[in-house]
Order: sequence, then C-alpha cells, then structure tokens
Amino acid sequence: MEVQDQESLGRWDRLGSRDAISRTKAMENICQDVMRKVEAIRPIPSLAPPASGSPPKSDLNDILAHLLMLSKRCPYDDVKERCVRLLQGVQDLGVRIPRPLGNGPSRFIPEKEILQISKVDARTQSIFEDAFAALGRLDNISLVMGFHPQYLGSFLRTQHYLLQMDGPLSLHYRHYIGIMAAARHQCSYLVNLHVNDFLQVGGDPKWLNGLDEAPQKLQQLGELNKILAHRPWLLTKEHIECLLKAEEHSWSLAELIHAVVLLTHYHSLASFTFGCGITPEIHCDGGHTFRPPSLSQYCVCDIANGNGHDSVLTVGVLSCSLFPKEMCGEVEVLMERMKQLQECRDDEEASQEEMATRFEREKTESMLVATAEDEECVPSRDISRHFEDPSYGYKDFSRRGEHVPTFRVQDYSWEDHGFSLVNRLYPDVGQMLDEKFQMAYNLTYNTMATHKDVDTSMLRRAIWNYIHCMFGIRYDDYDYGEINQLLDRSFKIYIKTMVCSPEKTTKRMYESFWRQFQHSEKVHVNLLLMEARMQAELLYALRAITRYMT
Amino acid sequence: MEKMSRVTTALGSSAISGRTMFCHLDAPANAISVCRDATQVVVAGRNIFKIYALEEEQFVEKLNLRVGRKPSLNFSCADVMWHQMEENLLATAATNGAVVTWNLGKPSRNKQDQLFTEHKRTVNKVCFHPTEVYMLLSGSQDGFMKCFDLRKKESVSTFSGQSESVRDVQFSMKDYFTFAASFENGNVQLWDIRRPDRYERMFTAHTGPVFCCDWHPDDRGWLATGGRDKMVKVWDMTTNRAKEIYCVQTIASVARVKWRPERKFHLATCSMMVDHNIYVWDVRRPFIPFATFEEHKDVTTGIVWRHQHDPHFLLSGSKDSTLYQHMFKDATRPVDKANPEGLCFGLFGDLAFAAKESLISSDANRKPYPGGDRRYPIFFFKKPDPTEQFAHVSSALSVFETDLDSNRMDWFVKTAQLYLLCGKPFAELCDHNAKVAQELKRPQVSTTWTMLRIMFSDPANLTMPGLNHNLSKLGTLPLMNSFNMKEMSSGMGTESRLERSKGESRQDNIHLEPGNSHASNNNEENEETEGSEGQAEYMFCDAELDDDDLYSMENDNQAEEQEYMLPQEAFQLRHEIIDNPSAPEHLQQDKADSPHVSGNEAEVTCLTPIESFSLISISQPLFSPHLPASFFCPIVREMLSYYAEQGDVQMAVSVLIVLGDRIRKEIDDLTQEHWYMSYIDLLQRFELWNVSNEVIKLSTCSAITCLNQASTTLHINCSNCKRPMSNKGWICDRCHQCASVCAVCHHVVKGLFVWCQGCSHGGHLEHIMNWLKSSTHCPAGCGHLCEYT
Repeated sequence: MEVQDQESLGRWDRLGSRDAISRTKAMENICQDVMRKVEAIRPIPSLAPPASGSPPKSDLNDILAHLLMLSKRCPYDDVKERCVRLLQGVQDLGVRIPRPLGNGPSRFIPEKEILQISKVDARTQSIFEDAFAALGRLDNISLVMGFHPQYLGSFLRTQHYLLQMDGPLSLHYRHYIGIMAAARHQCSYLVNLHVNDFLQVGGDPKWLNGLDEAPQKLQQLGELNKILAHRPWLLTKEHIECLLKAEEHSWSLAELIHAVVLLTHYHSLASFTFGCGITPEIHCDGGHTFRPPSLSQYCVCDIANGNGHDSVLTVGVLSCSLFPKEMCGEVEVLMERMKQLQECRDDEEASQEEMATRFEREKTESMLVATAEDEECVPSRDISRHFEDPSYGYKDFSRRGEHVPTFRVQDYSWEDHGFSLVNRLYPDVGQMLDEKFQMAYNLTYNTMATHKDVDTSMLRRAIWNYIHCMFGIRYDDYDYGEINQLLDRSFKIYIKTMVCSPEKTTKRMYESFWRQFQHSEKVHVNLLLMEARMQAELLYALRAITRYMT
Repeated sequence: MEKMSRVTTALGSSAISGRTMFCHLDAPANAISVCRDATQVVVAGRNIFKIYALEEEQFVEKLNLRVGRKPSLNFSCADVMWHQMEENLLATAATNGAVVTWNLGKPSRNKQDQLFTEHKRTVNKVCFHPTEVYMLLSGSQDGFMKCFDLRKKESVSTFSGQSESVRDVQFSMKDYFTFAASFENGNVQLWDIRRPDRYERMFTAHTGPVFCCDWHPDDRGWLATGGRDKMVKVWDMTTNRAKEIYCVQTIASVARVKWRPERKFHLATCSMMVDHNIYVWDVRRPFIPFATFEEHKDVTTGIVWRHQHDPHFLLSGSKDSTLYQHMFKDATRPVDKANPEGLCFGLFGDLAFAAKESLISSDANRKPYPGGDRRYPIFFFKKPDPTEQFAHVSSALSVFETDLDSNRMDWFVKTAQLYLLCGKPFAELCDHNAKVAQELKRPQVSTTWTMLRIMFSDPANLTMPGLNHNLSKLGTLPLMNSFNMKEMSSGMGTESRLERSKGESRQDNIHLEPGNSHASNNNEENEETEGSEGQAEYMFCDAELDDDDLYSMENDNQAEEQEYMLPQEAFQLRHEIIDNPSAPEHLQQDKADSPHVSGNEAEVTCLTPIESFSLISISQPLFSPHLPASFFCPIVREMLSYYAEQGDVQMAVSVLIVLGDRIRKEIDDLTQEHWYMSYIDLLQRFELWNVSNEVIKLSTCSAITCLNQASTTLHINCSNCKRPMSNKGWICDRCHQCASVCAVCHHVVKGLFVWCQGCSHGGHLEHIMNWLKSSTHCPAGCGHLCEYT
C-alpha cells in the first residue's frame, strides 16, 4: 500500500457530499484526471508486454481499484453508475482494469442479501451515507452490520469518536494500536485497513516493519495487548503499574484508558470480522486483481455461497437441502425449551451448591469444546511482525494447577464501576460504550427464524453469560444450567472459536449452527458475541486499573 | 441550644458515647445497618455476615450469622437492614436474587427465618416499613419491587417499574403508604403501597443510574437522590412536579446518601469508585463539604448514622475490610483549609481582590486613595443562620480601577482592527501600518514599520516623499519623550510593578497622577495634538529604564538637556545617534554592547524618527542596493523580542506576519508560537474574533494553525422536532425533514444560515434581519421570543 499523495486524497473527498451536483462535479474531475493519466501511459502497453502492476501504472492502478470499489460499494447510485462507465471507458482504451476478488463483503453471506438492505431501509441508507462522507469508503464491516441499523449507528459513532475525535492519544498512535490489536488475532482485514489510515494521518512507515521499530512506549503496550487478547484474567495491577511508571516512556492514566478501549475494541472487532467472514476491501490488497477471470479462479466457497454465477447457485441450494431432517424443528425445539425454562423455573429450585457446580461445569465444559481442528496455522509474517510472542494464545480459564479466583460481576460491574472509571478519565466514551453495550444486549426484533413475537431475552442472556463464563466472569443471579438447555454443541463451538481464537473460524462452523436462522440473526449473534467479549476484557482491564489506583 | 436539649431528651437515659474507632473485618463489607437502640451493628458482604456490639472503646463481635459447612449464595449479601421496631429482625438482599429474613431470637445456630426467591436477578435493596412490623420491600435488578408480609410465605404485591433495574427503595418516613424507588435509567418513581398497578409519579432525576435515595427524616417532602453522574439532588415532592431544590456536585459517582439526624440541611455521602472519603454536606453550601472522614483505604460501601436522633456518630463499612465509628468532632473540616482570598485582573487593567474581612479591616493604616482607584465595598452577606454551622467567612471585595487614561487599551483594539497583515505588496502593508500607528499617536511603532519597509523592500521602490512626510510629522517627538523621561525619574522605582502588585498599584496611581498631568500639560504647551499620547509611550520607557540603569541615566541627562531646548533644536541629538546603525564598529568601541542592541536602543529611546531620517539622508549611500535584506535580520529579531518583552506582542506578531519568510527562520518556533498564543489570547479577550482568526490563519506555526481545526463541531437541534441532530448534513434522522428551511420564505437555505438557539428556528440571514425589524417573535410562529446576538 503506497501512501496516496495529498492530491489524490482530496480527489475522493467530495464524492461524499449529499449534494448530487457537487458529487457530479467531483466525478467529472476524477474522470478527467484518470483520462489524463491513461493518455500518459497509453503507448506503453502497446510497446511493452502487458504486465499488470508495472511501476509506472501503479498510481493509476490504485485509482482504478478505488473506482472499482466505488462502483460496488458507494451508497450513491449516481456515483456507482459513473464509476462503472468510467472503468468501461478506460478498458475500451486498452487499459487493463481490475475486477473484485471474492464477491460480496462477506464470505458467509450472499452479496445480494447484504446489498439489499440499504435499498429497503431508509435509515440504513442514511447511516451508510454518513459513514461514506466521513471516511470516503463504506467498509465491509459496516455493510454487514447494516442488518441492524440501530446498532450500526451506535457502533460507528463510538468508533469515529475513538479514532477521530478529541482524545489523549495522537491519531497515528490510535491506528497503530488498532493494528497491534487486530494483528494479535491475525486479522489481516483490519490490519490492512488501519495500515492505510495510519499512513494517511502521517504515521511513520518504519513502525510498520514491526513492533521493534515503534517507540518504546508502544512496545510496552505489547504485553497488555497479549494478555488482554487471550487471557485477560491474568491481568494484575502490576502490569498497569509497569506501564504507568516507566519514566520517560510511561503512559498517563487517560492515555492508558484510551489505549485499553482501543485494544478491546479491535480484539472484539477481529472476532466479528472472522465470525462473519468479512472479505478484504476491494481497493485494498487482496480485494481485487488485474488478472482476467479464468474458471480455475473461483473458489469453492464462493460457489456454495451463491455468490458465483446463477447457474451454480443451485448447487448451493442442493447442498443445503442435504440435511433436511436434522434441520427441521431445530427452532421449535429451542423455543419449547425456552418456554419450559420460563415455566418450571419456580417450582424446581436448584440448591445453591447445585448452582455453583453448574457454573463450574459450564466453565469446564467450555474448555472441552474443541476450538476447531487443531491445525497450527502459522500466521503470515506480514502480520505477525506487529506483535511479539506469537505462541501466546487463549488458554482455558482455570486449568488445574493455576487457580484464578472467579470474577464476580456483583463486585465489579460495568454499570457501577467500569463506566465511572472510563468516563472519569476519557469523558464521553463511557457514555458511548454504555449505549453500545445496552444496544447490543437489548437489541431484539422479537423474532426467531420464521416465528414472530418471541421473547428472546433468555436466549440473549444465555449467550452473553456464556461468553463471560469463558472468561471466568460469574453472575450470582444466573442459573448456568440454562446455557446447556439453550445452546447446542455446534453453537458452543462456534462461540468458543469466535471469541477465543477467531482466526480459526470456518465457513463450516458458521453454517453448522442454527441452520434455519436467517443471516441477519446470525449477524445479530455475532454482535452479541463481540460486545460481550469487549465488556469482559474491559472489566478485567478496568479492575486492574482500579486496583492500581486504590 | 434548644436542639441540643431535644437531642438529650430523645436519647433519654441511654445517652451514647464513644470515640473514633475501627475494627478489621475478615472480608469487604457491602452494607451495614444498626439496631434501634444503637448498641449493635450488622455488617454484610459477599463473604461476611456478622453482628458487632458497639462498646465504649471498641467493637466486639457478637454473632456470626454465616454458618453452615458450605455457605450458599444466600449469604452473599448486597444489602442488609435491621428492623427499627423489632430488634430481633433482620433482612438481607442476596446477590443471587434471594430475600432472606433472620430472627436473632431463634435458639439454633442458624438464624435464617424466611427465604423468598421470587426475584430473578440480584436484589439490590431491602427496606422495612418504619412503623409496620411485618412489611418488607425489596428492589431487584430484574426491574421489579416486591412487598412481603413476613407472616406469609410469599410476596403480597409486585410492583413493576416498567424499566431497568431498581437500585434503591425507601419507605417514606412520614407517609405511611408511600415509597420511592430509584432506577438504573435515571428515573425515580413514587408508589402507593396499596396500588401495585401503576406508580403515582415518576420523574427523571439523573443522567445514568440513580444509585440511592433517602427521605428526609423530618421534612416529609424532601427526597435526596445520588447518581452515577456525580450529583446529589434534593427534591421537594410536595408540589405537583418534583422540584429540584438543592444540588451538590461531588467528585465521583454517589453510592449512598443519608440525611444527618437533627440537622435539617446536612447529609452524608460516599462514593462507589475512586474516592474513598465520606462527606457530610450542607446542601445550602454545595461547593465545599461541611465535614470529611478520610479513614478508609478503599471505597466506602455502607454508611449509617448510629442513632436516629444523634448527629455525632457515623458508622461506615468499606471494601478495605474495616468497620469504622466516626466521631463528628474528629472530622476534617475542608472549610478551614480553604483559601478565602481571591485576586483577578480585569481586561482593562482593573484589579479585583477579595479577602477575609478581618484581614482587610486590620489593615487600619491604609488610607483612602483619591482619584483613579476606588474600593468597592461589596459584601456578600447571607443572613446568618443559626442552623448553619459553617464557619462564616465574609469577604470584602475590592476593585481597584486603574487610571482611565494611563492604561487605556484603545490603541490596541484600533491597531488590531486597522492593521493590514496580508493582501498587498510588502511595502504597501508597511506603509499602511505605519500610517495606522501614526494616527494612533504611536510614532515609535510607526517608524519601526517604515524602517522595516526600507530594510526589506527593494531599494528602488523607496518612496522619498512618504518618508519625508513622516519625518516632518515626527519632528517634535523627542521633546515630548524627554518630558516623560524626566517625570519618570522621580517615581521610577515602583513604576514597573504597576501590574504586578495590587498594593503598590494604588500608590503608583497617585504618583502617576501628577506625573501624567504634568506631562500632558507640557505636551499641550508644545504640541497640542500630542495630548494623550504620552501615557502610552511612557510604559515603554519605564521598563527600559528598569532594564538598564546606566542607560537610563544617560537618557535622563539627555532629557534634561533637552528640556530647555526648542523643538527644532532637538535635531541636534540626531547627530549623536545617526551613527549607531550605520557604523556599528564605532559603537562597539564606545560601548560593550553588541551592534544589535544599538539598533534596538535607538528605537527604545523613542528617537527613531531621527534614525529614519538618517537612513534617508545619510545612510542610503552606505546601504547600497547590494546589501542583502538578511543583513538586518538580527536587528529585526532583537527588535521583535524587545517589543514582545515590553508587552506589545501585537507589534511582534504583526511584523512577524508581514515579514513572513524574510524573518521567520531567524526566530525559533517556540518563541513564535508563544507570541502568537499571547496575541491571540489578547485579541480574544477583546472579542476581536475576526482579527484573531485572521492571525491564526496567517500564522505559520503548525500549533497555531491547528487551533482553527479544534472544536469545530456545532451542535444543532432539528427545527422540526427540536431534538439534537446527530446526523451530518441537514436531514434530521428522526423526523426525516430538512432542518435548514428558512422560516420566512420556506426555502432551503444554502449559504448563511442564522437560527435562534432557543427554538431552533431560523433562516436566511437577511430574511431574519428583516423579520426582526418588524417583530420580536419567531417567524415560524412558535411563539418564542427569539434572540439573535
């Protein structure tokens, strides 16, 4: 990714205007610019053998890639259309144009379904337009989250505040911390995105060679990043003290809170990215290619996904209908269980010991849930350079030998304690996170698959508490037996993988849980997982900071 | 006194006594409660549930209620309450959602009496009815409140808050049927115990959770609430709408609030996070706590007054596993440490000073000063209230006005407005600014501009007539300066401290008074138009003299000499100084000073007109066109620092901007930034927003230019639905209407849009202006009396 020069940056900005006329003007400018560039290099391809991505063309190629992105992702139809026409025009002139690799923003969800959303819901459309105006792009994450516009609004507001608005950390630090956090989970999508942003806000490209080249101050954050991402319960006040008392490289409390919020945000966003199979941005590396399409290029998942040609779509449908027996009634069974739990709750009261053992059992069982096939996937060097100690991963909470006391929410909760601390040191963010958590926790459409008017609160609470349980956080007032009733094995596998080692999430896992549910519901689950994980990490981090302060 | 006697009667024979003491608990406490006769206290927490007896010198553990081999979660208490009627009865709220009652009269080891497991989530609060023995109320995280009759196995009524978790429930002390409940979403609800279907009243008390509430023990209408938003509010509930009558802002979220017995306006608070102290506030004095208890090492989780009629004992439990009894007399009184003095400078050099009255009146030998400085005897006396136990501090506020003429800043404002900083060729800018300075009677500054032009512009462009003109005008100046000099030599010492100390400023002013008048008299004699100019000039001279005594002596001598000369003869002086800039070598022999200083000096002594003359008449052959402009840079640099040091940062910045690249590299960035900041600050104090913005725009320091990019957000309301617009652009995302419609012509406004901050309506600037000529009401017809400033 080269740094785009100032001029080319300004080029795209005006396209975000809500005013159709100024969009048209901006588009005209771009047209002229591109044509000029095409004119300049035109003789070359005719003389030299066509080599895609040859140096003199790279600048143009970037622009073409960006145009391609716009033609697919821009929320404004007029811009989309013009981009398509411009690309066509360029191609007619004999210049090779890029084409997107892997269709759609998500590998798991058919492109059509995602792109339909904004057409139907005016609110989503307006949020998309906002996001586009602010960033000049509409990332795939936002597109997928577009299923839930209420949440998306809150999410984008928070993210924008964390990255762009007033805060104790400088802009390039923020993006770099984002890169560090995403890299911990080998999330190349987020890393690429933020490498671009990092360079745009004037970050030193040298830092990108690895954490060793970054300032001492950021290097020290590596340890916190590692622990938070994989075993947050090990975080102690000594870790915090270490960061705050490092003489000239020390962090201030406000900076640390900002960093912690960023780290947890990106850890959990990495979970979401893998959980929904977000594909690379079209204009980023790996999002497009200049090669002409050939049949062998299709990857199987695209076909099964219904993202390919219409003719192969039937294959996908067929493969789904292979397991009709298993599927039918899954939803009904779940609903029946919820009803039962609701009813028999009062008469059959479990003893306290029983409750405690249920939590322990759920905890131990969550360990037994195998996280994917244990294939050691070696992180590509490209990303692993952003963090140290790649072997450090999620280790199950409280194995035999090292006993870590259970974290009781009643003693340290987000609402009572965490919020106050964050808001004290990083004003407004507490409020935004609070809103976001509540939004994620309370979001419901009272539907399950095809059924309407279902109270899903029990299911949502089970998911939320199950995730916290994996991090050793216990709610005194929750009967962990419910989890076993409501979450089946394949769903647990998915949750566990996504939360603890998201990079191992596969399409198969995504498909094998809750088969009858709609994609939007699965995205909803992903949102819950993401926020629950973020809160769990935050709670541990904030508790450590509170302990340091007292 | 009356009160005290009442207290003793209330306490009767069993008057309590004790001292500040504490004991270690085995585990962090979550809540504490005392029994009615104030002899025992119960402490409850996740891993503790004990009763301590309060003895004279110590706490004595009486009973451990946490029994059994494997204590269940029912023992994990979020709250505890001791019945105020029945001394054997306790209730606890468990974190797992159980409400448990305990009967101390039971013979067995396990005192557990009843167990209610009706709540689905953690129970945050239990509360006994103050007068009814068997009535218990609970509030839980699941959003329900339940009322239990202890003679029955289950709840008698359930109240649904229809919202998020209940954080606190409290029976009213006076109204038998009423209770208040506070909620996580910021609401407070009032319920009638007989009507479980609907709350009587609801209002939003805080943003974010309301953690606690407490009814006033005596005044039936008062309810205190504390929330995560760090506020304690006192509500008057007797009126139709709950009215906020007092508000105390604390430094951390408020976990508990308890009215102090027998003190109508006092309440105690403790915080949930970060802050470990217990504060007792007088709600009428919300800015400083009345008393503070600082013993705890971790957050205080429970506070309770030991006896309901004794204001002197406070008990508290904390996360640091200690239980304290605080004696009120041992509390710290922050008021005593507060500094009752205040000092502030006004924009025009006025000085306001507030100090303890005693301090000021003791200064008896002060005399009233005539003339410019006046003392305003502004006393803020509140009616002394015997119930208010705050040490009364009455401060006297004095305002000292500086003499209107001597420190007037008009020149600053005018200069700022009239100076041109860009947009014309360099030479014209200099000329213009020189002219501005000249018109404002600031010849030194004026001349500096002229010189700058000569130094830095192409010699070919020099316009002789302009300079001559300048010169002829300035001809008489030296004389006037000399007068000032002389006058000053008398009252010199105190002079320079004019701005710094208030005491002396008074003296100075008197001293100055005759001086000024003298000077102006002289001026009038000599040059009528120079009237007020003397004062402005004089500040410069003054500080200069301070800097360099030797030099000032020299000046004085010159001045004395000059005094007897006719204006025209002032030219004689020039010949002495003419040499300075043109022949630095010569000067170095005379003085040890560097040549730069000499250039500087020439300006300082306000003899610059002569210099400028010399430049034209004599030095021009010396400075032939081949002399590069950079030759002057060190001099100019010195000159700029000189101005800045004199307090005329305006000059420094203006020159910096006008010269631009010619000088920028000579001065280090930090200094530049400092100058810019000071100037911008000054401009903004004088509300010269446009000028300050221009300066910001023209500055080359990155730290300054980015000022314009900070806090550029403007929060607006939709003119349609009156709610804040979170969206960018002008479409309201709630009502999907365009919010920027002109209220007069009903077209969408593009360009200048003006709107009222009160009703959010507005429109085209000119339309609104026209409208407001004929009407004061909002053009949208909303009835609002719009204000546009």
